[in-house]
Amino acid sequence: MAFNVRLNMSYSEFTLDVDLMIPVKGITAIFGPSGSGKTSLLRAIAGLHPKELYKNGHGHIRFGDQIWQSDTVFLPTYKRPIGYVFQESSLFEHLNIQQNLDYGQKRIKNPLPPHERDHIIDLLGISHLLTRPADKVSGGERQRVAIARALLLRPRLLLMDEPMASLDFARKSEILRFLERLKTELKIPLLYISHNAAEVTRLADHLIILDQGKIQQQGPIQDILASHKILNSMSDEPFTLLFGTVMTARTEHNLTEVDLGDALIRMPHHEVKEQAEIRLHLYAKDVSITLSRPEQTSVLNIFDCQIDSIEPPTENGQCLIHLCLKKTRIQARVSAYSCAELDLRPGQQLFAQIKAVSIVQ
Amino acid sequence: MGFSDADLAALWLTFRIASITTILLLIIGTPIALWLARTKSRWKGPVGAIVALPLVLPPTVIGFYLLMAMGPNGPIGQLTTALGLGTLTFTFWGLVIASVLYSMPFVVQPIQNAIEALGERPSEVAATLRAGPWDSFFTVTLPLARPGFITAAILGFAHTVGEFGVVLMIGGNIPGVTRVISVQIYDHVETMEYSQAHWLSGTMVIFSFVVLTIVYTFNRGRKKSGAGYGL
Repeated sequence: MAFNVRLNMSYSEFTLDVDLMIPVKGITAIFGPSGSGKTSLLRAIAGLHPKELYKNGHGHIRFGDQIWQSDTVFLPTYKRPIGYVFQESSLFEHLNIQQNLDYGQKRIKNPLPPHERDHIIDLLGISHLLTRPADKVSGGERQRVAIARALLLRPRLLLMDEPMASLDFARKSEILRFLERLKTELKIPLLYISHNAAEVTRLADHLIILDQGKIQQQGPIQDILASHKILNSMSDEPFTLLFGTVMTARTEHNLTEVDLGDALIRMPHHEVKEQAEIRLHLYAKDVSITLSRPEQTSVLNIFDCQIDSIEPPTENGQCLIHLCLKKTRIQARVSAYSCAELDLRPGQQLFAQIKAVSIVQ
Repeated sequence: MGFSDADLAALWLTFRIASITTILLLIIGTPIALWLARTKSRWKGPVGAIVALPLVLPPTVIGFYLLMAMGPNGPIGQLTTALGLGTLTFTFWGLVIASVLYSMPFVVQPIQNAIEALGERPSEVAATLRAGPWDSFFTVTLPLARPGFITAAILGFAHTVGEFGVVLMIGGNIPGVTRVISVQIYDHVETMEYSQAHWLSGTMVIFSFVVLTIVYTFNRGRKKSGAGYGL
């Protein structure tokens, strides 16, 4: 099944011009700086832009065998089988939480059976709020109600516009956990806007990178993140996202071993299941370099690497070095001084010592 | 001493005209207010100005043009004559039509302001929850903008009760048909029946005071309770 979005629309000074093939499973993140057109794209998919904005361009949206939009068709928002979670609270203030949840449910042909409805309400942890007025719940709770309200529509596609932008860190990680559970339990494809690299690398399977209304890159997250430039533009602290399989959950020394395909990485014990597919963040600051294999070291992970390229030093005297560990690419940050002292050059063979790595999923 | 039969007839007539006018204005004024609040058309300015004209024009000017339009040679007069209704000048329904135009801004503007203050987000949210435009208007916009509608109805009614110039121009002074309170007071003063004039005028002062107190108290309470939308 295909989900194809081809749009060319403009308003005031802004033009959105995209051609997208979006997978109809898993989480697709739309990533880009503010003003890049992320929200415009999501609104266009939902049909929230007036038709007139397409008059000098075009809009084609096909979701499986349904045409949502073409030169002759414009399915209004209320007929598109979507759920939409807005960036800020969008609860109806004249209704209580239960009535908010019922609003959409009452308007679909086959509402969920009660036990599945209760499951969603439990999953989002809002069952204790049902009788409260909409303005008497906290920001995090509002967003969870909004997510539940969208899910109860039984949407074929869930659209979320930075649902966590207005929340503090604790609320954010709480909702992130819910989103991860949604991904595994409910199996509704999710199109998700974010400008937070950690969030994106934690959740997304597919990535769309948008800049100034145009697609910079789109594809599976592994492919896109292989290009380090993009990843680093996403975060203040350069990091590599590694995909691995848990080999041993707990060794006799209380370590967890993860197979990266090209190497086995060991880390302090984590609660993970064996054979689980996991994602790891490896920060460049946690990787150091030695020219000869260190003996008698406390560092657990030492890999044979080759220098791919070296970025020019930054103002604070740091160099970012791109390394190849067979096919896996990682980054190390060393001082410009060490870089000169060790006479590092592209192509050189050396050893990377990994001091820390964190599991993100 | 209190109200004479003629006074009571004037009160009852005024009440009927104001009630019918208010109902008609809510029906006619709501789509206009909705359009004015949402449109990006270049006609927004001129249409808004036409609606607001009665705020600044002398009532006699409005009355004069309505008299011309509804008279036997005016476009409305010719239409009503062709429909077999005769001319509307100096009739109850002629006064109702005039009142609708005269009180239009007092109904359209509060509704327009309330809908503008809501923004488009609630309707968009309703659309993503499968509500079509009518559904969304009645289940989301109307309840959220309800204070604006109540203010509009109260102001529309009160303003119609107080009209004088327009009535004199197109309604004249026919007991039970067009002789409303303000005209009745004028008659009392003309014939030096000051105590009768006092009764009616005092009633009007108290009525207006009560109405405005209700509107202002209501609007203040609304701000306090944060009938706004969003965060």
